[in-house]
Amino acid sequence: MKLFNIRGGVHPEDRKHLAADQAIEDLPLAPLLHVPLQQHIGNAATPAVRRGQQVAKGELLGTGQGPISAPVHAPTSGRVMGIGSFPAHHVSGLSVRTITLQPDGKDQWLEGIEGVPDPFALDPDEIAARVAAAGIVGMGGATFPSAVKLNLRKKYRLHTLVINGAECEPYLTCDDRLMREHTAQVLDGARIMAHALGVTQIIIAIENNKPQAQAAMTQAAADVPAVRVAGLPMRYPMGSEKHLVQTLTGRETPARGLTADIGVVVHNPATAFAVHQALRLGWPLVSRLVTVSGGAITRPRNLRVPLGTPVQQLIDYCGGFREEPTRLISGGPMMGNPLPGTRVPIVKGSNGVLALTAEEVNAQAAAPCIRCANCVAACPCGLLPLQMAAHARAGDLDGTVRLGLMDCIGCGSCSYVCPAHIPLVQFFNYAKGEMAARGRAKQKQAETKRLIEQRTARIEAIQQAKREAMAARKRETAGKPPTQTPADRRAEA
Amino acid sequence: MIIAIGSIALLGLALGGLLGLASRYLRVEGNPLTEKVAALLPGSQCGQCGYPGCGPAAEAIASGTAAVTICVPGGRAVVEELASLLGQAVNLAGVAEQAPTVAHINENLCIGCCKCFKRCPSDAIMGANNMIHSVFADACIGCGKCFEVCPTECIEMRPVAPTMQTWFWPNPAQLSA
Amino acid sequence: MYSDTPIAGPYAHERTSVSRIMVLVVLALLPATLFSLWQFGWPAIFLFLITVGTCLIAEAACLRAAEKPLRPSLLDGSALLTGWLLAMSLPPWAPWWIGVLGGLIAIVVAKQVFGGIGQNLFNPAMVARVALLISFPAELTRYVAPAPLFSPQAPGFVDGLGITFGLNGPDMVTGATLLGQVRTELGQGHTLPDILPGIYQPWSDAVGTLAGSMGETSALLLLLGGLFLLSQRVITWHIPVATIATLALAATLMNLYDPAHYPDALYHLVGGATLLAAFFIATDPVTSPISPRGQLIFGAGLGVLIYSIRTWAAYPEGVAFAILLMNTCTPLIDHYVRPRVYGRDRKGAPIEYADDADAEVTR
Repeated sequence: MKLFNIRGGVHPEDRKHLAADQAIEDLPLAPLLHVPLQQHIGNAATPAVRRGQQVAKGELLGTGQGPISAPVHAPTSGRVMGIGSFPAHHVSGLSVRTITLQPDGKDQWLEGIEGVPDPFALDPDEIAARVAAAGIVGMGGATFPSAVKLNLRKKYRLHTLVINGAECEPYLTCDDRLMREHTAQVLDGARIMAHALGVTQIIIAIENNKPQAQAAMTQAAADVPAVRVAGLPMRYPMGSEKHLVQTLTGRETPARGLTADIGVVVHNPATAFAVHQALRLGWPLVSRLVTVSGGAITRPRNLRVPLGTPVQQLIDYCGGFREEPTRLISGGPMMGNPLPGTRVPIVKGSNGVLALTAEEVNAQAAAPCIRCANCVAACPCGLLPLQMAAHARAGDLDGTVRLGLMDCIGCGSCSYVCPAHIPLVQFFNYAKGEMAARGRAKQKQAETKRLIEQRTARIEAIQQAKREAMAARKRETAGKPPTQTPADRRAEA
Repeated sequence: MIIAIGSIALLGLALGGLLGLASRYLRVEGNPLTEKVAALLPGSQCGQCGYPGCGPAAEAIASGTAAVTICVPGGRAVVEELASLLGQAVNLAGVAEQAPTVAHINENLCIGCCKCFKRCPSDAIMGANNMIHSVFADACIGCGKCFEVCPTECIEMRPVAPTMQTWFWPNPAQLSA
Repeated sequence: MYSDTPIAGPYAHERTSVSRIMVLVVLALLPATLFSLWQFGWPAIFLFLITVGTCLIAEAACLRAAEKPLRPSLLDGSALLTGWLLAMSLPPWAPWWIGVLGGLIAIVVAKQVFGGIGQNLFNPAMVARVALLISFPAELTRYVAPAPLFSPQAPGFVDGLGITFGLNGPDMVTGATLLGQVRTELGQGHTLPDILPGIYQPWSDAVGTLAGSMGETSALLLLLGGLFLLSQRVITWHIPVATIATLALAATLMNLYDPAHYPDALYHLVGGATLLAAFFIATDPVTSPISPRGQLIFGAGLGVLIYSIRTWAAYPEGVAFAILLMNTCTPLIDHYVRPRVYGRDRKGAPIEYADDADAEVTR
């Protein structure tokens, strides 16, 4: 299959040998599960259960709100202990509304859950509805509601579904193991999604450092002509969907657009697997695969984890820390975020827990920029990171935007190669956040002006009405004889 | 040499004459800057700058009587915009980024006197005579006028807490400083 | 593993640092430098040490004055490299105060005053060389023929001290550089076929037995050093190739036009500090453009300027001036020449495809 080149990119050591040969293991249930109502992009779900209620596995815990949202389901059977604030799986350490569940150990599925005998006979709308009801979101980490992506067929002319098996982040191996151990299910899910999208071509794209997964998929897809397996060169960020589509089709996604603009929709293999389970078995999304790895973990593993399990549970199962890690990361080392603690639960987007040593992180104090332009060579989006960072440092955020800040995908390639160890991506994330905050502030200003004008107008209207009433009364009394006031009568008397 | 002196003198006279004509016939009346400055200010008429409203403050800033740093609720964003509009260099270190605040009424102490309701410039307080009042957090601009006037001191100005949707990475340049 | 303010990623990093880059450049320069030091003997060694030492001391003093910590900045190798390149471009037997003055100008005036590393507009070594050349033309144009260490005509240790510190008058065998000699003779009306045979043997010139500054002598060793830097990805090919190609092209064209008065491309590449400039000086990251196309333009401009100054201007060697002139263009080049952003066309508008969504994945 003809492949195209992408610009830039870097080649970090993939360190996947730590966990790549570890078969998936089921993590035992934790004593308490904390299921956040916001595990996806869009509006948070609202609780559909009460405190003290007994729920079965797969029962609805939270209802999605609005078109961009997703429901949340019970990962196991048990009792709802409470609905309240709990630390979120987020770098800020802030809390989020969470449903705490105490498992009863029976792990009993909800009565009546069943799949569809032939998903390919269903209407695409029906498939999307079931995917939405199952709470399936992008499992590669983006957590965008998958049903919304399936409905893209209504607005765009689509021709290909790409299953993103690149897994370009170092250490992570969960997609690799999934494609090796559940090949048929992933393929089935992909075909169901293709049917829902109305496309006739499926490409399963896998990086060349996963030969067994490539072989397994090729063999499974051997008698399905619509499905092809593409071997991707090992390059970070090959898993970025825009660059993945460029590698496969040679076309760049137009700026501020979607890959659907050029007829392609990209989904993660775990999402395909979840779609298979939802359609064939009727199971909502209640668990996911997580790679626990890093130099500071005693036994790196790939675990199947019920959603809501505290991170500490995974670390303990993997033998704890062999040394105090320098960083504890959620996700991969390039685009992952630090975990605020180990109490936080595993959510739909958690694909990795990494305990990294200082030697692996290789962090050094930042030095002044020497304009070596290694970052320019590494940027897959053709930007000038050193210029953008210089503008951001000087407080000129508009200049940063003019240089292309909004086209930055935040992959971290620039920071990875910078010899001066300048935190380039942090400058860009700060700038993006600050621009968003200013946008919100401006909107608030406009609203405030409107409210103040309304108030002024209202008070003015009231005053005007008073003046008119007084003028009207004056006109009335002008035509009548003056009424005698008590003072007048006394004066007369 | 005479030619050199003569030609330079002629040039000077000609260009100087042009400048004089321009200052006479191309002069800009009034101060169009005031309107532009006013558009940048928050418009909440809170009075924290010391001027009776955003209009007078805009005039003062445009004419140079007031510094660009006087607007407290505007924060750094407004100072930067004003500075770039007026072509001034400004030292942002002195500008405190005031955390936005929102008023909150303690309903146990509210007596329904309506004083705050009447004072609020953006109609963010809902209430009626002898009814407990409440604040629309979305409409509240944190000017503090209700706080000043409440007889039972039941209003407090609370800082707006960041949420997961509003949190973002801090500026690395400030961290290392 | 936890901290009050979250530490941003990525949490993996390439094994690189600024000092590693500087060390690699110094390593690349080492063969040519050692050879030249051997060729020119003790005075060259002393001048080299004095220049580099002055640069380091000046850097330390400036950092102290600016209240910046000495530790990381002084040891990152940038002052060492500036001093090294400056020493390579000075006449090897120049007096000690040339080295001191050059070091001070390079570090204090051309680098620290602008704000330290990464902030200078002009290449510090070239600024110092040009300042010295214009202020002290006699000392900066007094070259010697090579006299290898421990050979009979080379000065011994004490004599070398004398030469560098100016205690005895210069008692050396003077020799003009190749470029200088050819320019002078051309100016006197001779033609190349008469001038060159006596003084120009391409092979020995490439190896480095010519009079000149230390950076002018061994073209071969400098080429090897440059290729080493390319292989280590410290520099990219754009500037060296553009410079050399443009210079060669200009020389070839003029040579074809009038072989009697215009030397050919090989002469220009081997004589003078062409290779030192192309691989080590022009590729200075701070003062060269950041985009690949910009670097090609920079290199091409450099080639044209070097040729023009060498051929028609008052000085026989034009590298230093050419570098400074192109440095002034670098911000302009960076402003107008930018890579195309992903998903956008050259003008910055989002890409539009004529046949939307009909892209087929080719087998």
